[in-house]
This record gives sequence, structure tokens and C-alpha cells, in this order.
Amino acid sequence: MKNIKTIAKPTLKNTTSKGCGECQTSCQSACKTSCTVANQECENTKRR
Amino acid sequence: MIHKYQYKDQYIVLDINSGAVHVVTYIVYDILDYYKEKPLEDIPELLYDRYGREDILEALEEINYLVENEMLYTDDSQVTMDMLEGRGAVIKAMCLHVAHDCNMTCKYCFGDKGAFEGVRSLLSLETGKKAIDFLLEHSGTRRNLEIDFFGGEPLMNFEVVKSLVAYGREAEKVYGKNIRFTITTNGLLLDDVKADFINKNMDNVILSIDGRQSVNDNMRRTVNNKGTYDIITENYVRFVEKRKGTYYVRGTFTRENLDFSEDVKHLADKGFKNVSIEPVVTDPSFSYALQEDDKEMILKEYDKLTDLYLDYAKEGKKFEFFHFNVDMNQGPCVVKRVSGCGAGTEYVAVSPEGDIYPCHQFVGNQDFKLGNLNDDHFENNRYDEFNKAHIYNKEKCRECWAKFYCSGGCHANAYHMNHDILEPYELGCELEKKRIECAIAIKAILSE
Repeated sequence: MKNIKTIAKPTLKNTTSKGCGECQTSCQSACKTSCTVANQECENTKRR
Repeated sequence: MIHKYQYKDQYIVLDINSGAVHVVTYIVYDILDYYKEKPLEDIPELLYDRYGREDILEALEEINYLVENEMLYTDDSQVTMDMLEGRGAVIKAMCLHVAHDCNMTCKYCFGDKGAFEGVRSLLSLETGKKAIDFLLEHSGTRRNLEIDFFGGEPLMNFEVVKSLVAYGREAEKVYGKNIRFTITTNGLLLDDVKADFINKNMDNVILSIDGRQSVNDNMRRTVNNKGTYDIITENYVRFVEKRKGTYYVRGTFTRENLDFSEDVKHLADKGFKNVSIEPVVTDPSFSYALQEDDKEMILKEYDKLTDLYLDYAKEGKKFEFFHFNVDMNQGPCVVKRVSGCGAGTEYVAVSPEGDIYPCHQFVGNQDFKLGNLNDDHFENNRYDEFNKAHIYNKEKCRECWAKFYCSGGCHANAYHMNHDILEPYELGCELEKKRIECAIAIKAILSE
């Protein structure tokens, strides 16, 4: 498209279940006071 | 819900409920001010003085395409109550306080200089094993578990740390689990022997340092009130030379170093590849606490940091800044996005006495003690409260564009500032939104 470049797909629409829960806990995995889920990655290799 | 913002010459549009991110031309950016407000057929007339009719119609067609393909103005119908509150009482991560003691006296320490308002103590091996057993027994069907060695200063009790890693490695086989060990340290005791063990056994290491010498030594001092910069920098440089896995050098910025991008630069120039500098969270009455009127300066500082990050990436000196990490390919699923950090539900902290708390920030606060490892039966009486503290139950989060990136913020921050875990810490929100905008803008610029 001439006017729009999509750099992240609408992946939040894909989840239909309760999630696998295998991803790292967002706060303690790196830094202690910043609960920033967005800084994490999905660890479910089947979804990647 | 969408959120659009300009970052330098990038026009960025976030579709909140789907997680889609679009980089658009100015004409689309402009049209979006009217797209949901006015009849579409009126838009060419409304913008006639800025753009040609054909260009507007072409842009409208592209916007319509996104809407029809569920990439813009999507709803959140995929979020269910089950996702929000039905994950079950499973514990998968533990912050294990191996030392309520410390060899430093950092001014801003949230842990009462390591003692957490209690008696200075070290975790015994026996209690540590009980903690690991507790985690394994309460982990349900989760395979990946986390144990973070914390304190106080964990290296003051390193023999126990080593024994617990060995114990964990055996126990995980029995339960069919995979434990990810991590450790945080102030670096004073980080000699080669400990470094070797950490490198072999810890999936992540947090090395605490605030940045420039003057900044670090202003806050992070030994019990003899001496600066620590020289010792810890030498130890960290030596450590990371051998480190193959992940690590972060991690500092705290306060009102006394609002120019914290200089501290990030300092650490990057030292050769550290993964850096995090985070805002102090403390009692607002302390002189070094961040105040509302510091906000504008801090936001500008994140802009400076973004420029630094991009310049260094271009110059072959790339480093990672934790808060600029964002996975544009996938990221956590929406279930994770709404459940947040899991404190008080799937993440707990354990003190040397075996007391269990919602997270490390609540340790020592008796009101929030959830139980003890020696209890016959663990019943988390705050489970519902924390489980329900998600973005759909927080008034400020429900309509916030950042909700799926931030996940509602830190419960401890909310409690300490507002005495209510449903009321996020506002300055924290403003900084988080800024960081997300910077992180995504960086991706946009680097994708060119």
C-alpha cells in the first residue's frame, strides 16, 4: 500500500484459549520494578 | 481504539485491541482525526485545502482495507473472563530472598537496606529447599518455572545459592519441570569463582549499577559509606567478558540524575550490551523521589535516549535498552497481556523465614503476608484480590491505549503511592506510555 506500512500484525486477535503460561514472569525476568509485559517474548515455540 | 502519534518524521498508528502497528503517511494520519467522527463521504471536503481529492480517496481506500481486515479499529471481543480471571491458582515464579542482609547501604533501597523491616538474616538451606519444593508442588501443569535469587545481597549467602541450584536441578527432573534460575547482585562480591558458577547456571543476571561514577557513588555506597563504582565496574567488565548468556546492567535514576540518558550512554560506552535504567519508586517525601514537575524533563530524556539508541545502532555500537525491547513479530499473547506480572497469583516472593508475599516489593509488609512454607496448607487469602487486579477492573486502564503493552503497571507501585492496587501510579503510567512510544518508533525507524 502506498500510504500504510504494517510493522506489527494483529496477533492479539489470535488467542482463543487461556494461554499456555510458559512465558517468563515479566517483572523479575530482568528488572525489578518495571512490569512491562510488552518487553517480553512469547515462549511457546508452536506459536512462533 | 487506536492511538496515533508522531515521532520525528514517523507517523505511527497503533490498533490497540489487535496489537497491529502501522507506519502511515501524513495524509492517513490526518484523515484518522475524522474517520470515526464524520461521514466518510465528507472527508475529502474537510481536507480539500490540504490534499487533492484523488489522494484522499486512495488513502481512505487503504484505511478501509485495514478496517475490513481487522487491523484497525478492532474490538476486544477475543478477551474473555476466563482469560482475565480463570488462569487458575498456579505458582510458576518465585523470588527467593536468600539474604535479608546487605553489604551496601543504597539510599533508595526499597528493602530497608536489605533487612526488609525485620531482623537481618540469611536463608538456610533447609528453608530454601522447602521453597523449591513449594514452587514445584504448586506449579500445576506449567513446565517453565523461574527462581530468582534476590535479597539483600544474594552473594552474601552464595554457598546456599549453589546448593539450591543443585537441589533444584534434581527436583525438576522428578517433577518434569524446567527451572530457570536468575540472580541479582550489587557486584561487590562478584569474584571469578562466583562468576563461573553464575555463568554456568543462571539464565539471566542483573548487575546493579546506576551509571556514571558520581551518580552511582551518590546513592550506592558500602556500609563504610564509600563509593562502589570502581570495584563493581571492574567486576562487571570482567564478568561480562566471559558471559555467554543474557545479563543486564541495571540502574535506578532519581531526581538527582534526571539526565539519566548520560548514565545509559556511560554504561553502553563501557561495553555493556544490555542496559536498563529505571525510575526510582520511593516515598514521595524523599528529596530524590521523582515528582510530578519532573515529568517533562524525564519525557525529554527518553527522547534523547531514543536518539542515542538509534545513533549507536547506526554506528555499530548497538546496545539493548530493556524498556525499548518490543517484539513486533509476536509478543506475548493477549492472555499474558491482561494478566500482567502475576504478582500475588503466579509469582510470589519468599523471605529467609519462609514467609510468602505477593512479590519482592511487599516483603516485610505483614498485611500482605500470604502464608509460610511451614503451613500445613497454603491458602493465598489475597489470590482473588490480585487475580482481579487486571486492566479491565482498573478504571484508568480500561480506556488507556497502553493497556496491552503495560498490563496495568506494578501493583506495588500502585499500593505504595495510592494504597490501592486498582489505582495505578500516575507518573509511572506517563513514563511507561512514553517508553512504549519510543520503543515502537525505534522499530518503525529501523524498519525503513
